[in-house]
Amino acid sequence: MADTAKPKGGGTAKSAGGRRRNRKNDTPNLADEQPKDLLDYYRQMLLVRRFEERTGQAYTQARIGGYCHLNLGEEATVVGLMSALNERDYLFTNYREHGYAIAKGISPRGVMAELYGRTTGVSKGWGGSMHMFDTEARLLGGYGIVGGQLPLATGAALAVSYRGGDEIVMCQMGDGTTNIGAWHESLNIASLWNLPVVYVVVNNFTGMGTTVEMSSAEPDLYKRGSAFRIEGQRVDGRDVLAVRDAATDLVERARSEQRPFLLEAFSHRMKGHSVVDPAKYRTQEQADEARAQENDPIALFEERLEKAGVLTEEAKKEITDSVREEVADAADFAENSPHPDVSTLFDYTYATPVANESRRMPADPVFAE
Amino acid sequence: MTETTMAQALNRALRDALAADPDVLVYGEDVGPLGGVFRVTDGLAAEFGAERCFDSPLAEAGIVGTAVGMAMHGGRPVVEMQFDSFAYPAFEQLVSHVAKMRNRTQGAVELPMVVRIPYGGGIGGVEHHSDSSEAYYAHTPGLRVVTPGNPADGYSMLREAIDCPDPVVFLEPKRRYWDRADLELPVRTESMDRAVVRSSGTDVTLIAYGPMVATALETAEAAREEGIDVEVVDLRSLSPFDDATVAESVRRTGRAVVVHEAPMFGGYGAEVAARVTEQCFHYLEAPVLRVGGLDIPYPPPKLEEYYLPSVDRILDAMDRLQWEADWFPEAPPRPRADAVPLPCNDSAGASAGGSDRSRSEVSAWAPSRP
Ligand SMILES: Cc1ncc(C[n+]2csc(CCOP(=O)(O)OP(=O)(O)O)c2C)c(N)n1
Repeated sequence: MADTAKPKGGGTAKSAGGRRRNRKNDTPNLADEQPKDLLDYYRQMLLVRRFEERTGQAYTQARIGGYCHLNLGEEATVVGLMSALNERDYLFTNYREHGYAIAKGISPRGVMAELYGRTTGVSKGWGGSMHMFDTEARLLGGYGIVGGQLPLATGAALAVSYRGGDEIVMCQMGDGTTNIGAWHESLNIASLWNLPVVYVVVNNFTGMGTTVEMSSAEPDLYKRGSAFRIEGQRVDGRDVLAVRDAATDLVERARSEQRPFLLEAFSHRMKGHSVVDPAKYRTQEQADEARAQENDPIALFEERLEKAGVLTEEAKKEITDSVREEVADAADFAENSPHPDVSTLFDYTYATPVANESRRMPADPVFAE
Repeated sequence: MTETTMAQALNRALRDALAADPDVLVYGEDVGPLGGVFRVTDGLAAEFGAERCFDSPLAEAGIVGTAVGMAMHGGRPVVEMQFDSFAYPAFEQLVSHVAKMRNRTQGAVELPMVVRIPYGGGIGGVEHHSDSSEAYYAHTPGLRVVTPGNPADGYSMLREAIDCPDPVVFLEPKRRYWDRADLELPVRTESMDRAVVRSSGTDVTLIAYGPMVATALETAEAAREEGIDVEVVDLRSLSPFDDATVAESVRRTGRAVVVHEAPMFGGYGAEVAARVTEQCFHYLEAPVLRVGGLDIPYPPPKLEEYYLPSVDRILDAMDRLQWEADWFPEAPPRPRADAVPLPCNDSAGASAGGSDRSRSEVSAWAPSRP
């Protein structure tokens, strides 16, 4: 990892002061780590895994509607990225965001209830799987339109810069997203106006059924910022510590240097594009690879922690049990929360009352007394 | 006769068009090996090769824009937008280039291209996956906007759209993709410019298109049980608009209701209501009513049923068509249906300045070009 695409001639890259650690190896040494942190990452990754498995199940049982994209296989990327942000930093993501929402500090209850479309969800049941939103947690949205989040995140960074704030904005997306116009427009603006935003491309090798090679003329995605003089790095997204370090590095540089960066994280999408996608376009070999033990970030981390004696049998059991409980509790909570009432259909279309009440179509049965 | 779904009929239309004309090619996001999210392009890449059916990057403006360039140079691209809302990044291409090229070049350039867009709700698809975007396109002169309501039309209208020298926005009602019909393909139905009376009646004309045609027919059944004889007109072409068929029907029945899934405010139904009023004013027993989606962003799945027009909501609208007036002894007699000449919307007659490949010449499915 730590391939770096330095913009030719343009970089003002001074060495980043105040970085948490100097990365000499690809794989950070566990001896330098606090066991408490390590176990916390492990727990969060497991929470995302079990949460998403439960989500897939609930979707298959039609408890969840709409479209549903899971973070299965991407847990290390999710947790590593979120641990690089502080509470005041902003996050924008695509529609594959359940794990990010949880790791950014939203309760699994609020996320699950949103998936179930209930009023207790983070978006009151109106956002669903793809549109989690929480101003308090500073998750400024999952976005169902590919690339939709890019100009918005860039604009949030403009606001931070304008206010002279010290927050940064992280903007997550998939590999396929680097081909839409919004990508190019956003990166250009961010670089031109020196905005504190870190674009993160989660490269799971495919956008739906289309591979990176089939769709990107520069398949080394971390280099795609070069045209805008945006420095890019690539990291092994299966390694939570490597992701955390790379992200921390760029986040802190964006903060101190007030300019954008690009991070590419290789990650494996264990299942189809969405829960209902049978992923016919994948060969058996590709499917096996995505699910292989050596690509499973949790299995990898677990093994390391066990070898290092950080994850004991008791700790593992304790974590596994508490995660199971938390997920079950979230699902129960969602299951027992109310659906939005039809009377609320018009509540949030406009901020102030609209003159033409006829929009409510009072004669329709929906509004019958 | 075999049971065919609309998705299968569309697939077959693409396949037959690819086989009939080497200039036809199909591209878009995931239309190759995956066969499209609705499987409408299933098997085409395998049969015709990656040269003629291929995946594009995730770039709608690029997809539609390159189709314009291809069409300017003899190609007949058929491109797919994955869902209604995902066509919006290409909106600029459609409105600024696709729609205007012919006029801008005063006929020097033709754009025989088709942009296929699955649209509408009813599949629990949430925001971005359920939009009825027809009014945006129909509002743009230069685009032909058509939408089939059944599998036979799916096949026939798509073939005709591909043969058409004008750019066609081909709206596919996604909730009807799996509707079945007994069909022998290939099939040729009425010209895609034409509205068609799907069920005749004498009391009220129900005007619908795309996803709502089946709902309108269901409503007609239900209304018949209540003693109201409903005529259902399937518009098929939203632009141009078949004034003649619609006006002829409404003049006979004296009442009209327009149904669509899109929000009513500024919606396509407003155009229909205005035209019907202009052309049938003296024949109308009641104002033309609209039944549509609510004026809100598309709601989550559980609330979808309240948003979408249903048989009940259409019946309710029919109840408001001032039927009591019929029993007033002093009610003025309805003018005779032939008192005012009907509008003429004959596309064959309006071909001045049109293409030498005018569609009246396209008799078989073979491409009409040398
Ligand atoms: C503008 C737009 N076009 C198409 C789609 C349909 N779509 C949803 S996700 C997706 C693939 C995106 O791939 P990628 O960016 O790699 O993200 P991933 O799903 O792999 O996380 C496509 C084509 C969309 N949501 N928005």
